[in-house]
Amino acid sequence: MNVAVPKLQHHFEDIPKQAHAARLGMWLFLGSEALFFSGLFTFYAGYRAHHPEIFRLGVAHNDLVLGTVNTFILLTGSLLISLALWALRAGHRTLAVLLTACTALAGVVYLVVKGAEWGRHMSEGIFPGGRGDFFVENPEPAWAVFYTAYYGITGFHAIHVTVGVCILGWTAWWMHRERVGPAAAYKLAIVSLYWHFVDIVWLFLWPLFYLLRNPA
Amino acid sequence: MNDFLRRLLYLPEQASTIARDVDTLHYFVIGITMVGAAGVFAAALWWSIRYRARSFDARSITPRVQAGLAVEGGLLAFLVVLFIVFWVIGFGQYLRMRIPPRDAMVIYVTGKQWMWKFAYPEGKQTISTLVVPANRDVQLVMTSRDVIHSFYVPAFRVKQDVLPGRYYTMWFRATRPGTYRIFCAEYCGLSHSAMWGDVVALEADAYQRWLEGEPLENFVQLQPGPPMARVATDLGPDLPDYPPGIAEASPPRSMADWGREVAALKGCLACHTLDGQPHIGPTWRNLWYRETTLADGRVLIADEAYLTRSMMDPMLELVQGYAPVMPTYQGLLEPAEVGAILELIRTISEPLPTPARPPEPLVRPPLAPGSPDRVDPARALDFIRETSERVAP
Amino acid sequence: MKNYLNAETTIWSWLSTKDHKRIGVMFLVSVTLFLLVGGIFALILRLEHLTPGPTIVSPNMYNQLFTLHGVVMVWLFLIPAIPAGFGNFFLPIMLGAKDVAFPRLNLASLYIFWVGALVMIYGILDRAADTGWTFYPPYTSVTYTKATPVLLGVFILGWSTIITGVNFITTIHTLRAKGMRFMDMPLFAWALYGASIIQLIGTPVLGLILLMIVMDHGFDWGLFDPARGGDPLIFQHIFWFYSHPAVYIMILPPMGVVSEVVATMAHKNPLSYKAIAYSTFGIAFVGFLTWGHHMFTSGMSEFNAGIFGILSMSVAVFSAIKVFTWTGTLYKGSVWIRTPLVYVFSFLFLFIFGGMTGVAVAATSLDVHWHDTYFVVAHFHFIMVGASLTAFLAALHYWWPKITGRMYFEGWGVAGAILVLLGFVGTFFPLFLVGNGGMPRRYYHYSEQFQALNVLATAGSWVLALGLLLILVTLIWSLYAGEKAPPNPWHSRSYEWMTPSPPPKENFPETPHFVRGPYDYHLPLEPP
Repeated sequence: MNVAVPKLQHHFEDIPKQAHAARLGMWLFLGSEALFFSGLFTFYAGYRAHHPEIFRLGVAHNDLVLGTVNTFILLTGSLLISLALWALRAGHRTLAVLLTACTALAGVVYLVVKGAEWGRHMSEGIFPGGRGDFFVENPEPAWAVFYTAYYGITGFHAIHVTVGVCILGWTAWWMHRERVGPAAAYKLAIVSLYWHFVDIVWLFLWPLFYLLRNPA
Repeated sequence: MNDFLRRLLYLPEQASTIARDVDTLHYFVIGITMVGAAGVFAAALWWSIRYRARSFDARSITPRVQAGLAVEGGLLAFLVVLFIVFWVIGFGQYLRMRIPPRDAMVIYVTGKQWMWKFAYPEGKQTISTLVVPANRDVQLVMTSRDVIHSFYVPAFRVKQDVLPGRYYTMWFRATRPGTYRIFCAEYCGLSHSAMWGDVVALEADAYQRWLEGEPLENFVQLQPGPPMARVATDLGPDLPDYPPGIAEASPPRSMADWGREVAALKGCLACHTLDGQPHIGPTWRNLWYRETTLADGRVLIADEAYLTRSMMDPMLELVQGYAPVMPTYQGLLEPAEVGAILELIRTISEPLPTPARPPEPLVRPPLAPGSPDRVDPARALDFIRETSERVAP
Repeated sequence: MKNYLNAETTIWSWLSTKDHKRIGVMFLVSVTLFLLVGGIFALILRLEHLTPGPTIVSPNMYNQLFTLHGVVMVWLFLIPAIPAGFGNFFLPIMLGAKDVAFPRLNLASLYIFWVGALVMIYGILDRAADTGWTFYPPYTSVTYTKATPVLLGVFILGWSTIITGVNFITTIHTLRAKGMRFMDMPLFAWALYGASIIQLIGTPVLGLILLMIVMDHGFDWGLFDPARGGDPLIFQHIFWFYSHPAVYIMILPPMGVVSEVVATMAHKNPLSYKAIAYSTFGIAFVGFLTWGHHMFTSGMSEFNAGIFGILSMSVAVFSAIKVFTWTGTLYKGSVWIRTPLVYVFSFLFLFIFGGMTGVAVAATSLDVHWHDTYFVVAHFHFIMVGASLTAFLAALHYWWPKITGRMYFEGWGVAGAILVLLGFVGTFFPLFLVGNGGMPRRYYHYSEQFQALNVLATAGSWVLALGLLLILVTLIWSLYAGEKAPPNPWHSRSYEWMTPSPPPKENFPETPHFVRGPYDYHLPLEPP
């Protein structure tokens, strides 16, 4: 176990203070990310208020099974990363590395499923911007904005998942290469915070795009 | 007093029923706040001088003065009350502005790049000049054809944004006859600042006579209209001098006259000039049967067939050096109207030199998929074939 | 003597620095450059308005110039200038810390700033945007100009802002010197805290709406196209949700500077430390609730208009509290009138005046007449130039000795301040009047009756430009010929003056223990 990691920076008194600052910084950053997604939800809410019935039909047209599978995948990922954090704090570095890598894998599976969903929509002639044959058969303008919002919002979330996968992968490799011990747990903690956030955002997307399909 | 303050503050004339009240609030708010501001600033200056440093020493000490809660709270409360008073009066006036009276007469307004078009229930249509009766409630029902514009009449102190895809209402009551400037007050592209017009308020009987067909110049001295509509008047001596922006109600004398009327009504003259000036689109002067170079390098003759195709599917054979902004007139022009425009173009070709100046690049109006402006080229060719036969020389 | 400037002198030592002071200096140089760029755009705009018709540029170029003037001034100067410049330099020192919480992120914020700026410059040089800095659709979705790089540049700059916000808040929470409670911090730290909160909460919303309009403009997504179910008003709501609090990002740090300068130059405690600290948070919070006042004529419901009107009136009260506190601080002080305080007088005059016109536009019926006219332009320039830029210049002179180790030239300092004040008033006061007369903004042509006042405004702009040039030249000259600065030329009690000018790399020669509060002018320097 390498006790030189993490390195104490010159402007912090000790590692606990450095860790505290890192965690605070990540919470603040996630706060700003929460506003980003809140803006997107506002967007969705505004347009759904304009076109309630077509949005409902659009949600009903989405694949509930795939959406729920994705929810399960992300929740599993969150569980895995929590276990990884526990493992690292308990000194089980190899287990922590493995669990972190599995979380990254869960993210990849999520992206594959999401990609398959998008592929299915595209094969039906649904593209962003109201392009595609679907919109010729369904010329109501609200369909265009529903699907553009769907691609846009799930797209931004997918970008965040991808970033999370990369960071998780890098973190797993770093923990392994540096042979870190429990003292470095706070670094894994802030990464896991980001992953939990990505998961929570999905927990909002799931109802908005998959569950809210029944007549009021 | 009202007039003195109005002039001092450079405000326009008060020509609507709400204008004077708005100005009164203006004087009240600005007066009080400026007096307050002056007082505070004077205190700052006075204390800086009265308490200026006599000696300068790092060890010098000043008394610790803290504002008590009473002072802070009192000031806070005073300001809150004062500002709420301003708001209450202002909001009351705003509600009056927004809620039209029950029996207001309605006029329909469309804003589009870059002109205002007005349609009256009695059937008349005008461009850039809104003709209303004075001392009557007028409600405008407005929308936009393309981007956001804003209908603003400073003399009435009223303004309303117009958005595409929605209708907005606004109302006013002009207090006396006169001519009042309309401005577009929401940036809308290249000629945003040229998108102005006039409200012409007439006495009730004059308004009635105008509705029945008397030309507007009988009632009011007309200034040159805004640039878009003004070009409609710039023609040779044989042709009637149309007042700017007004559609003539009397029958035209010749097919070319009619062509000019159609060109003005349908907005062609917003982009094509008749006097040789390069503008958004090629000028029509000396266009007839001239060699024309297209954007893709081909050269062809601007004959009736080409000119008709240009109206129906402008993107097909765009002239070199011009931006691709012309909308299609498919379905918007009767075949006879197409012919009248062609006749107009034919009559204004003379062997005169035209000044050369490169045209300015331009904005593309929104052409949403599925919008009628997006034409299927195959259908256009059929139409062109049909009409070409009818307008052969 | 080794200080942060000469500790290492290679270019690489600057480009790879983690020293918040060097990063602050690099930000200051960067924002000053963009102030000049935005200023030149403004001078051309005013030259164009010497005549009602065409003067020196085409309508198209005019539309691009006012757009870029706004974009450059807001995002490349006003937002970063005081926080990323002076905040980076002084926050750790004022807290008795050795650096900000995340020095590497701090350096990253500088590079991200430059990447964003370069993307924007590319856009400017290519086919620039002509949409106005507010990028309203549907026009922005359809304009032929190259709005995308400009929009993406702003989006990238948002990241720089967010990093700064995270860094400052974390620094304030975790790196205060032993024994320094929140209520013991210099007020500049409070101002940065408030601005950082707004940056964290507001900037992401701007980022998302800019991405939406990039999709619309670049890929024709039709998100705001009514023919495809879109709604241009949703853009306005989301855009202004950020952009109104953004103006508080642009004014809170300047207010922090004023708090510092007034207390020091009056050699006296602020009339109420708590009033300034709490009103900062009042502005940061209530500022998020007022965005609709940009949309009174856009067609929103009367009910909404009413709520936004009341809330807009409320936010003015917090600013008024600060103004009274600063003014009251002069009472029974020992006031030393030097250039920084001259700038503060300018600030007070222009901020109060401009702020009162802000109260006036919150009266909804008055705003109907003034919206989108030069009245609004004059109002916000009174605040952004008259208050924010003036405070920036105050900070520049106040902290020049500490940053550079040299004194500026006092006579030229006052001359510059007066020229800037006169030039500014000459430029923007006439614009209130043409706005009253009904001249809309973003107008290439204007009605002839507005010409005289426009000519006056243009003349004012030359005086303003002259003043700024004078300041730039004399400050640079002072780097070579100014007298060497003592550690505490203003005899201030605030903590940045407890270290040499310029400071050593580690900020303090030894770990500081502050025995006095930053405003304890009623107590002797050292305890007995």
